[in-house]
Amino acid sequence: MVAMSILPAILILLGLALVFGVILGFSAVRFKVDEDPIVEQIDDILPQTQCGQCGFPGCRPYAQSIANGEAINKCPPGGETTIHALADLLGKEFIPLDAEHGEEKAKTVAVIREQECIGCTKCIQACPVDAILGAAKLMHTVIADECTGCDLCVEPCPVDCIDMIPVQVGLSEWHWDKPSPTRLDRSALIATDATPEGQVA
Amino acid sequence: MSDKLWDFHGGIHPPENKTQSTQVPITTAPLPARLVIPLQQHIGQPAEPLVEIGDKVLKGQMICAANGYVSVAVHAPTSGTVVAITEHTVPHPSGLPDLCVIMDTDGREQWAERSPTPDYRDLERTELLDIIANAGIAGLGGAGFPAAVKLNPSQEVSIDILVINGAECEPYITADDMLMQERAAEIIQGIEIVIQLLGVKRCLIGIEANKPQAIAALEKYLLEHQLQQQIELVTIPVKYPSGGEKQLIRILTGREVPSGGIPADIGILCHNPGTCAAIYRAVVLGEPLISRIVTLTGAALASPGNLEVLFGTPVSELLAHCQLQEDKLDRLLMGGPMMGVALEDPSLPIVKTTNCIVASTRDELPQSGPEQACIRCGMCAEVCPATLLPQQLYWYAKSKEFDKALEHNLLDCIECGACSYVCPSNIPLVQYYRYAKGEIRAQEHEHTRSEHSRQRFEARKARQDQEAAEKEARRTQRAEAAATKKRSQSGATTDDAAATKAAVIQAALERAQAKKAGQQATAQDPGARDLKTTKPQPKQTEEPAGE
Repeated sequence: MVAMSILPAILILLGLALVFGVILGFSAVRFKVDEDPIVEQIDDILPQTQCGQCGFPGCRPYAQSIANGEAINKCPPGGETTIHALADLLGKEFIPLDAEHGEEKAKTVAVIREQECIGCTKCIQACPVDAILGAAKLMHTVIADECTGCDLCVEPCPVDCIDMIPVQVGLSEWHWDKPSPTRLDRSALIATDATPEGQVA
Repeated sequence: MSDKLWDFHGGIHPPENKTQSTQVPITTAPLPARLVIPLQQHIGQPAEPLVEIGDKVLKGQMICAANGYVSVAVHAPTSGTVVAITEHTVPHPSGLPDLCVIMDTDGREQWAERSPTPDYRDLERTELLDIIANAGIAGLGGAGFPAAVKLNPSQEVSIDILVINGAECEPYITADDMLMQERAAEIIQGIEIVIQLLGVKRCLIGIEANKPQAIAALEKYLLEHQLQQQIELVTIPVKYPSGGEKQLIRILTGREVPSGGIPADIGILCHNPGTCAAIYRAVVLGEPLISRIVTLTGAALASPGNLEVLFGTPVSELLAHCQLQEDKLDRLLMGGPMMGVALEDPSLPIVKTTNCIVASTRDELPQSGPEQACIRCGMCAEVCPATLLPQQLYWYAKSKEFDKALEHNLLDCIECGACSYVCPSNIPLVQYYRYAKGEIRAQEHEHTRSEHSRQRFEARKARQDQEAAEKEARRTQRAEAAATKKRSQSGATTDDAAATKAAVIQAALERAQAKKAGQQATAQDPGARDLKTTKPQPKQTEEPAGE
């Protein structure tokens, strides 16, 4: 009697298991993700200077290792903004930039002192984004708009004629600074303490 | 007259301070000795200079051509000589220099040839647009968007209402007010040209109720010319910022410009009365845009008023003309006290978008107190005309959480300053929003750049891989060729070579034998040597044949 009342329940559950098994099996094949999409997203956040300061040979390899659990604070060109974005994406805590890999610097652009260039093409081979123009025994020059400021061309130059110059902010790039933090000195807050100079915040 | 008016959310009522500058009619500013004319006085690409140093130019002559579609030409404001084309500080909050044409005036005010077209009604649409584009007209309301571009909306949108923004809600500024009072005819005729260009059925002029003389002047002209059916004059309540484009459209039509959209998306185009007057002058009189009305006001000026100023005139000369009292001056503002920026350098030139210079005393516009903590009173949200949450935006901007600020529609902020005005903690809210907007734009720019770098890096890698593959392919090819050669040498295909080789060896052997024999023979009998040496000869020739 007991067995008779249990039987339909078992059958229904088995049937359900079968149906869901088929659905899951089908979706596993139909919606298969070939590549880890998180690597794409991490790579999208990285600044693509391909400078290797993180210790990996380029941005994509670093993205791959971040996906595998590498620390997110090894990218000096990206700086704080990139770490924030990575922390947001991966649900991790923000950690300050790892000083071992360099510090966040103002954006620079490579400039070749052209009269000193001997035309060895070593910098051309080093540039990850093909931003240096020139041929053997002819002067080389940097296409400033394409330069990512990665520093990779400085090291190979045998005559040391490449300078990293900070990028000048033009009218079109300029934007407002963050308002300076509050100066909470007593004279500014308490009227009776205020001197005429102290009122000017 | 329109019967129904709508209201927009929030808004404030700051002291108007407009009467100081409306006591005297518009006068023409004195001609300065030197004009500094920036190449960029508008939104878009900077204009390209057409003149060279030393060139004599005539009044109204085009000295810089528009560079691309969204750009505006620049004309010589008076006759004179170009002395330099160089960097000079321009009216911009950054205080950075930009390219300017610097010219010395000759005082003769000699006009270049003008081509007036009073019968513009016969002109084609494109011809009219060309005239406006060539006259260098940028919107005179403040943003400086190229007028010809605005008047040529894309085919996908249909414009049905033209709104003329005569609200001029910002305190102190009276340039549009005085223009409407004194030059109603120019404005209305300009509006007629715009109506013809756009083919709109309705035109609404919105003016705040605090400008009764301007309203009367426009009304009089409209009645005299039987235009009141076509062009409706609407008096709107005084409230800041009713002159914001989106706010005025809301007040007059009840329509809301969608978030991130422009008025053209809802079939409306908005123009400033000054721009309309400039269009009239460009079309009917053939005069390009070379001057504008600027309000000079503030308690530090002994004789405030509105001046017709040539572009490029240094602010310092205008201040001197209005009798600036240096000892009273505390702050110099370009634009009004709500949205304007502080002027550090009074040698800056007046440009197409400059509507007002305020020279204020310390009591008049006191410096705001120190920024204190937000107490979450919510007053900023109550006054925000864009129905945003200023407090939230402030937190996000401060903590650099720009993506969240974007989710809270930071980009819909019109930077009117109402929130900062009411903030009891003196928080410079608008500065935080400007900072956040700038950072967001910079980050977007960085992102496009890094995307570009990635593409170049990947292209380079692909090229290097291809080169390596080609090298490898060539190497295998060479190796294969060598192998084939080796194989074929050991095979039977090279009979001749083998035969020759054999023959050579044979010949050498025989020569050696002959030599030996000869040596023996000479030792015995010199006469017999000849016979012996000649004897093997036939054999030598026979041998290869026999093989």
